[in-house]
Amino acid sequence: MTVAVVVFPGSNCEHDVVHALGLLGTNAELVWHREDDLGGADGVILPGGFAHGDYLRTGAIARFSPVMEEVARLAAAARPVLGICNGFQILCEAGLLPGALVANRDLRFICRPVHLRIESTASVLTSAATVGDVLRIPLNSYEGNYIAPETTLRELEGAGGVVLRYATADGEPTPEANPNGSTNAIAGITNAAGNVAGLMPHPERAAEPILGSDAGLVLLESFVTSLAPVAS
Amino acid sequence: MRFRVAISRRAGLRDPEGVATLRAVRDLGYGTVAEVHFGRIITIDIEGEDPTSARDSVVEMCERLLANPVIEDYTVELVE
Repeated sequence: MTVAVVVFPGSNCEHDVVHALGLLGTNAELVWHREDDLGGADGVILPGGFAHGDYLRTGAIARFSPVMEEVARLAAAARPVLGICNGFQILCEAGLLPGALVANRDLRFICRPVHLRIESTASVLTSAATVGDVLRIPLNSYEGNYIAPETTLRELEGAGGVVLRYATADGEPTPEANPNGSTNAIAGITNAAGNVAGLMPHPERAAEPILGSDAGLVLLESFVTSLAPVAS
Repeated sequence: MRFRVAISRRAGLRDPEGVATLRAVRDLGYGTVAEVHFGRIITIDIEGEDPTSARDSVVEMCERLLANPVIEDYTVELVE
């Protein structure tokens, strides 16, 4: 099983992702965004960073990189596709996930651990977790404020597409526990099929005790487990 | 010829920069200001194309790249 980790000009979390997947015994290869071939990878991760300097809008230019056609092809083939932080923004711009991410409510860059409650396990990001569990994982973004038109939100919530919500350490989604003003405290979502997911916090930065926490491993484990071919 | 593209957050969707600026404008004493919205102006010069097809190209650019059709609206104006 191999995971392609895409590198855009301005990506800066790709090595962290490769390292964290290595801790789980999964081979990951970096793939430059100009490539139009993911080398037969079983899944793909778009890592965090500031692709193309976040010019125009976050993810707006990255979505036209040649590699994105392959990412869309894998997504359509029900293979696991995950966007972390900037990668989440790119997946939204590419239309592979609904909605968009805009400036934080308080117009401040947020760089601190936040608590996330697992809302659904029907995704490649949460399949190994338990609904109601609370994870403490670093958030590191200026544009992490999830918004979407009302109809899109209704569809997303109705279909169980919200997989992670900001919450207190006890799992309560209070307004104070919502760091960036995200609509409905949304921190992570999935598509209807559950194979494409995105989240703003960084599970790879909470992947081993030396980093202060390995709470993010369960999310990466979910992704790795989803790489296995679907039994037919 | 020159086109001016104005892009703004769709009405009703959250605009944190607009909200912060509204608060500041009111603090300055402009109490009648009801809303402030942020946007982006993009100037595009096109040569060697007739105005109708040039405008069509700019609209297409907006749909595909310049605006995010999920959360933004845009207008295209021929300015010179």
